[in-house]
Formats: sequence, C-alpha cells, structure tokens
Amino acid sequence: MRSAPYVLIAPFVVTFAVFTVTPIIVALVSSLFRVSRSGLGFDDGPTVRFAGLENFAMALGDREFLGGFGRVFLFGIVQVPIMLGMSLVFALIIDSALVRWKSGVQVAMFLPFAVPGVVAALLWGFFYQPNVSPVVQLLSSIGIHADFLAPGTVLWSIANVTTWSYLGFNMIVLYSALQAIPRELIEAARIDGASGRRIGLSIKLPLIAPSLFVVLLFSIIGTVQLFSEPTVIQGITSNINSKYTPAMAIFATTAAGNDLNLGSAMAVIVGIVTTVLSVIASRVNRRVERSFS
Amino acid sequence: MSSAVGEAPARARAVALPASRARGIRRRSLGGLPGASRPSLIARLLTMILLGAAVIYFMAPIVWLFIASTKNAGDLYSTPAFSFADWNLWKNIADVSTFRDGIFWRWMLNSGVYSVLGSIATTLVSAMCGYALAVYEFRGRSVVIGAIVGSLMVSGTVLAQPLYLLLVQLHLNDSVAGILLPGLVYPFGVMICYTAARASVPREIIEAARIDGANEYQIFFRISLPLIQTGLATVLLFAFLGSWNSYLMPLLVLNNNDLYPVTVGLASWSQQTNSDPHLATLTLVGSAMSIAPLIATFMLLQRYWRGGVASGAVKF
Repeated sequence: MRSAPYVLIAPFVVTFAVFTVTPIIVALVSSLFRVSRSGLGFDDGPTVRFAGLENFAMALGDREFLGGFGRVFLFGIVQVPIMLGMSLVFALIIDSALVRWKSGVQVAMFLPFAVPGVVAALLWGFFYQPNVSPVVQLLSSIGIHADFLAPGTVLWSIANVTTWSYLGFNMIVLYSALQAIPRELIEAARIDGASGRRIGLSIKLPLIAPSLFVVLLFSIIGTVQLFSEPTVIQGITSNINSKYTPAMAIFATTAAGNDLNLGSAMAVIVGIVTTVLSVIASRVNRRVERSFS
Repeated sequence: MSSAVGEAPARARAVALPASRARGIRRRSLGGLPGASRPSLIARLLTMILLGAAVIYFMAPIVWLFIASTKNAGDLYSTPAFSFADWNLWKNIADVSTFRDGIFWRWMLNSGVYSVLGSIATTLVSAMCGYALAVYEFRGRSVVIGAIVGSLMVSGTVLAQPLYLLLVQLHLNDSVAGILLPGLVYPFGVMICYTAARASVPREIIEAARIDGANEYQIFFRISLPLIQTGLATVLLFAFLGSWNSYLMPLLVLNNNDLYPVTVGLASWSQQTNSDPHLATLTLVGSAMSIAPLIATFMLLQRYWRGGVASGAVKF
C-alpha cells in the first residue's frame, strides 16, 4: 500500500496548510493593504487599497506599541533569568540525594501549572488588592505599605504571576534531564574527589545544557507573547493600558480598534522579533555547547 | 527514585566490586558509597528552609483560594485570610451555579468539550503524521519535516490575529469548529510522536506484521500506537493543558457568551466587578471551582505526568 504514508500525514498536512501556512500569508498580505471609509454616510462601502509599508510605518510610529516592546524586554531580562535560575537551583537540590520529601516538593511546585494563566492572574489579583489581600494586610501590620498595582510595581506583580505559574514546570524539565545523566559519571567524579558544588557546575550543568536551552527558548517566546496575565490584571488597576504588551496591542487594534490591517502589520512585526530572538538564542546555545565539548 | 529495598543489593555489590567495574553498574543512589562526603548540617538546614519557602509560595495562593471560597462576602473582607469563618461553601457554589441561568456550568462544559475532544483528536492527528514520518520513506517527507521544525518558531499569539481574519472569511468565527479545527495543528506533538516512533517501533515488528498479512493501518492502530503510549500521553497532556488554558484565541473568535470556555467567562466576570461588586465573590468561587477538578487529577496522576514531562523534555 504505497498510499499509506500520504493518508496518514494528510490530516496534519491539510490542517497545517489551512490553519498555519495560510494565516501567515493572510498576515503578510493584509498588512500591505488599508481600508478607507468615506465616512460621509452615503458611501458605496469601504474601499480597499494597496498601502505598501504604510501600516508598518504606523505601527512603528505608535509610541504605545513600541513601549510594549520595551516593557516585555525589561520583563524578559529580569524575570526569565530569575525564574530559570531558581528552576535550576531547585532541580539540582531535588536531584541531589539530601532531600527527603522530594515528591511532595515537586507536586507543590508543579501544581500551579494546572492553573490556567487567567485564573492564576485572577487569584494573584486578589493578593494584590489591598481590601482583601493577606499579603498587603500582613505587610501593613509591620508598617510597610505595599502597593502591588502602582505604575512602577505592576509589571513585577505580573512577573510574579508568570514565575509562579511556570517555575515548577521548568524545574521538572531540568530535573528530568538531571535524572537522565548516567550515575556512573557522577560517581566517578566523586571518587576522583570532586565536591558536590564542583560536580553540579562542571558535570551536571554542561550535560543538561540542551534542556536548559529548550526552557530558555520557551520562556523568551512566552515573554514576547505575554497577554493573559496583564489583560486580567488590567481589570483591577488603571495602570495597565490597552497596549501594555505587544500582544495586547495586536488584540486592541484588531478587536476594539477594528483596524485589521494595522493589527496584521503589528502581528508581522511581533513574529519577526520572536523569530530573530529564537535564532539568536539558538546561536548562543550552539556556541556555549561547543565551548563545553 | 528507587525504593530502599531495591537499593540495598546494588549498594552491596558496588562496595564489593573494584571501582573500575562498579562504574559499569547503573545505580540511582550514591548514599552508601564509601568516601562520599555527607553534606554539612548548615547545607541541609539551608536546603530545608529554601524548600519550605518554596512550598509555601507555591501552595499558599491555592490554599487561600479554597479557604476564601468557604466564606461569605462579609467574612471575606473582615476575617483573617488563612482561617475559616462561617462555612458558606455550599451556598457560594449554589450562587455561582444559578447565576444567569447557570452559565458557569455551561462554560465548564465548553472547556471540557474543547479540551477533551480537542486533545484526543490532536493526539491522533499528531501520532499519524509523526509515525508516518518516522517509519516510511516517501516523496515530500523532508519538506514536511522542514515545515514542522520551522513552524516551532512561530508563536501562537502572532498567528492568532491572522487566524482570526481567516476564520471570519471562512465563516467559522463564533463557532465550535473555529475553536477545535485550528487546535488540531500541533507541530510539537508531531515531533514527540516522531521521536517516540523512531525509538520504540522496531522495523522487524512491522515487517513481521506485513508478512502475517496485516495492512498498514492495522499495523498502525494495533501494533504501533500501543508501542508509543508514553509519547501519546505526553502529547495528550500538553494538548489538553494548552486548550484548557487558552484565552486569547477564544476571546478573539467567540462573541457568543454561551460558547465561552471558562477562562474567558471568568475573566469577563472579573472585568465587570467595577459595576457589580457581587461578581468579585462569584469570580473567586468560580475560579476555585474551575481549578478543583484539574488539581485533583494532577494529584491522582502524578506518576504519569512526571514520566510524561520527562520523556517529552529529554527527547526534544
């Protein structure tokens, strides 16, 4: 049956062509056109015209849209290293033999991954609102008046939500990679007199570099796409505008602003930025891996 | 993690054998090795404190949510956060369940249908493709593999906007099909099934089945699918969670309240709390009700998700 492989790949290939390849083409084409409305009432419908790079110029001239990039960039260089660093520390601790209640700690850390980002943001939202928050109440009882929703702090309050949601997942991925290291390697190093810290840094870390790269890549892509958490927290504070992150700007322009062409141009820009970041990350990874081998 | 009983003989052997031979034995624990340095008391104490703090940080919000859902609106704001007040849970659940003719349960049902049906279909589509790419040599194979690897770089948020435009053109927006069909495309899932099939479906078995007269589809469904179970479980888990957690896509595609998944529904309640403060408690209790089934499932199936994440991540 020579047709079998084609029949088996058909469902994926067809849906992939329709729902992944076509949208990319749609975005590229749509971003090059504009719809003009006569706006006088007695119109003959909106007219579509070729606009060249006009939408891109508009998007790049939009300070709020660019501000969103600045914000997720700041978020990324602070939150991603903290989250991955802590994931690594916890994975190494749990992997080392000295912890007794390993599985309990793992479950506690992984459980937030079962909570949708929207619900995590709603939940932490209650912790940020002074009238109900146990944290704000606790802090104020010792004389600290914390405002988690102020213009300067709300970004880090969002960072806390995503850290809470994904740290455990990243930890489990790194822990699994650590578990896959042949034990005789570590044993040999120990016989040669290497200390626990030395083994961690010189043997375990280089060996799990590929997994570390995977979680780094996912985290970078996730950061550029930041949408659910700020959108939900927007409901409880006025310090998050509708274009707070690039993804929110795409949504606001498309759904509320009803400017589909400009929305597409923004999506294309975000797509290019994500791809460039992924490529840079994989280059750096390759260089790091080479230096280890 | 090996059990204490399983460890003991391995330890004994390692001590008895010369070091050069002991290296060849795969063991999990090093605790019994002579000369292995025991960590100092301070190191152990620090570890305990760090892990204790982590458990509190990760669990406290969830514990608080469930305690808070047992309180009435007055107690919620006036009693200590982590202690119980009057038991009001059943009334709160009834309030959420009857609000606007029970729309909450409608949303839960929608989420369940989108995630369960969607993840099963996605896993099947991914398995068929990943298996075919792993087992057969055919024209266009390398093009498909290239497209899959390339598409891993394309982020979902970027695709959401043009996908929405396309669905409007196809008249699939504001419909169940508009949510389910795009979800079938899961390149990462194809990759996982591909690696699983390469690793655990031996060519000899396929050849033997062919000689016995099985056709290619019988081989796939009866022989190969059971062999790549672990990979399938990983894809199923990730596809389920992806769909259960999704927010942007349904928010863009759906206008009809009755079709919302629970994420979009709860967020819409939360956004209306300014005009209707009563919705704050409904949102809180609804959030607890929406995560309870998944948290319970996660606790029950720990053994499986640990294996699943492990296999998916290491083989990636």
